[in-house]
Amino acid sequence: MNKRNVVLAFLALAALLVAPHFLKSYGLYLLTYWLVFILATMGLNLTVGYAGQKSLGHAAFFGIGAYTVAIMMKAGLSFWLGLPAAALLCFLVGLALGFPALRVQTIYLAFATLGFNTAAWLVMRNEEWLTGGTFGINNIARPSLFGMSLDGSLAYYHFTLGMTIIFAALLWGLLRSPWGKAFTALRDNPIRAESLGVDIRGYTLLSFAIGAAYAGIAGALFASLVQFIDPAPFTVGSSIMMYLMVVVGGPGYFLGPVLGAAVGVVLPEWLRFAQAWYLFVFGTAVVLLMIWLPDGLLSIPDRLRARREAREASAARSAAAARHGGNA
Amino acid sequence: MAANMNPQDTPAIEFEDVVAGYKDFMILNNLSFKVRPGSITLLIGPNGAGKSTVLKTLFGLLKPRGGRITLGGVDITAADPKTLLARGIAFVPQGRNLFGQLTVMQNLELGGITLGMKTARERIPEVLDLFPRVRERSNSQASALSGGEQKQLEIGRALLLRPKVLLIDEPSIGLSPLVVQDVFKLLRKLAAGGTTILMVEQNVKSALKISDDAIALESGRLVLHKPASELLADPHIERLFLGGAIETRAA
Ligand SMILES: Nc1ncnc2c1ncn2[C@@H]1O[C@H](COP(=O)(O)OP(=O)(O)OP(=O)(O)O)[C@@H](O)[C@H]1O
Ligand SMILES: [Mg+2]
Repeated sequence: MNKRNVVLAFLALAALLVAPHFLKSYGLYLLTYWLVFILATMGLNLTVGYAGQKSLGHAAFFGIGAYTVAIMMKAGLSFWLGLPAAALLCFLVGLALGFPALRVQTIYLAFATLGFNTAAWLVMRNEEWLTGGTFGINNIARPSLFGMSLDGSLAYYHFTLGMTIIFAALLWGLLRSPWGKAFTALRDNPIRAESLGVDIRGYTLLSFAIGAAYAGIAGALFASLVQFIDPAPFTVGSSIMMYLMVVVGGPGYFLGPVLGAAVGVVLPEWLRFAQAWYLFVFGTAVVLLMIWLPDGLLSIPDRLRARREAREASAARSAAAARHGGNA
Repeated sequence: MAANMNPQDTPAIEFEDVVAGYKDFMILNNLSFKVRPGSITLLIGPNGAGKSTVLKTLFGLLKPRGGRITLGGVDITAADPKTLLARGIAFVPQGRNLFGQLTVMQNLELGGITLGMKTARERIPEVLDLFPRVRERSNSQASALSGGEQKQLEIGRALLLRPKVLLIDEPSIGLSPLVVQDVFKLLRKLAAGGTTILMVEQNVKSALKISDDAIALESGRLVLHKPASELLADPHIERLFLGGAIETRAA
């Protein structure tokens, strides 16, 4: 990280710590909600943005994580047992969902994952004995940490912020290592990646499994945040929304999901005044964005830099050419 | 077989009746040849003869439909690239093969992924010593390098592995004549150090000068296997460059 990024990170952290004091409880709830979606879509960004696997089943993992924690806590188990269980279960199911990706890609993979999402959703809706069906599970408790209750919305916000930072840092560490670069290599050209000894099967599966585990953790935090879950937030539609968040923020940009989740979660609340028009406005914005910025919002700085470098390079070239011309 | 009688004669690479191709389209038909350890063997032939297919099959990117490939006497017929890299084979394919979005350094590190990062990072400076143009750009995006610089980076990336066997497909394309000579000298030095090199090259005359043996392919069949020096002295050598028939076909 360069100096400017360190300063920006500190400013962001300060803002995230100060902001809640100026927010009413709903604003705080929304901010926490945003953090949960950042975590979930960071996982999807690994699968989609870095590894290039078109997955439209992410909301299913989010749901599996949420239900795992909810069901375990209803059975009297601790949240701190439920959280790793949610992550592990999603990791394993994600690994399994990765197998179709070894055979099919692009739109076909998207359909396969979409089918998986539908199946998972049907289980959530129909297996009442386990999930409570359409009635869902309510009164999900919030955990406590070192004897501190996280019941209050400010405490839970801080907890979620801490978790988001920890898991974002882990992902950052992975992605900047050469093993992390192997995901990008896989996306750009699997045969070239294979020629360097990258285990492309392993990395494809891992990109799904790790992405799913992040959704599982986010789902667990979500269950305790909203304290009531039913199958509605885990539909194919939600998966598409999460995919859109990654695409809008900038797939393959580490902080893309931060922006994407803001657009997908916070913006709809601000646009409430537009009511029935909201979806229309949102849809149009996405269409325009894809036309002008197909690589997402975070590609703007890169574009500006590329333009500036190109200008400087051509200025240097023509200056050199002019010197030669003068000598002749 | 001679290979069983005298272990010193075990070929570094041996193809025995190898059949390989794409889908139902067979390109190599019962191809057999041997490459001596520590030699540079030049693979020549017209466009589409199957030269690159030989290298891809050897490197496990294509699974042979028949026959046997051995490396120092060990059967590697069904091995995948990862296993082969671990066995000391490195491959520099034809054309561009970098990851354009990653930096020069990141491309090198990826090339060393099978070594473990500690070893890779220790060796990267040595590789950069060989290619000063690449060193200057080590923090640039690979796609921002010129074609020749990219090729040098690719060769460096393969050398990071200190391969026992180096497969290299048309290295001279896009390199200026001076750099080609540097690369050829480097290959000669590697061979002197015991590396076995199998090279495809269209720049036949200069390539023959640094090669020990030459193999010519035509439509996936072996049509010639001779010492390079003999071929250099051959008055018909020009015809090989033109991709015409080698033995008999008259104009
Ligand atoms: N991926 C592929 N799928 C189908 N056919 C292929 C593929 N790659 C090569 N071929 C075919 O296999 C034959 C041999 O190709 P190969 O690349 O081995 O030739 P080459 O001798 O390396 O030629 P060049 O000198 O042009 O590099 C050609 O007829 C080519 O059309
Ligand atoms: Mg070729």
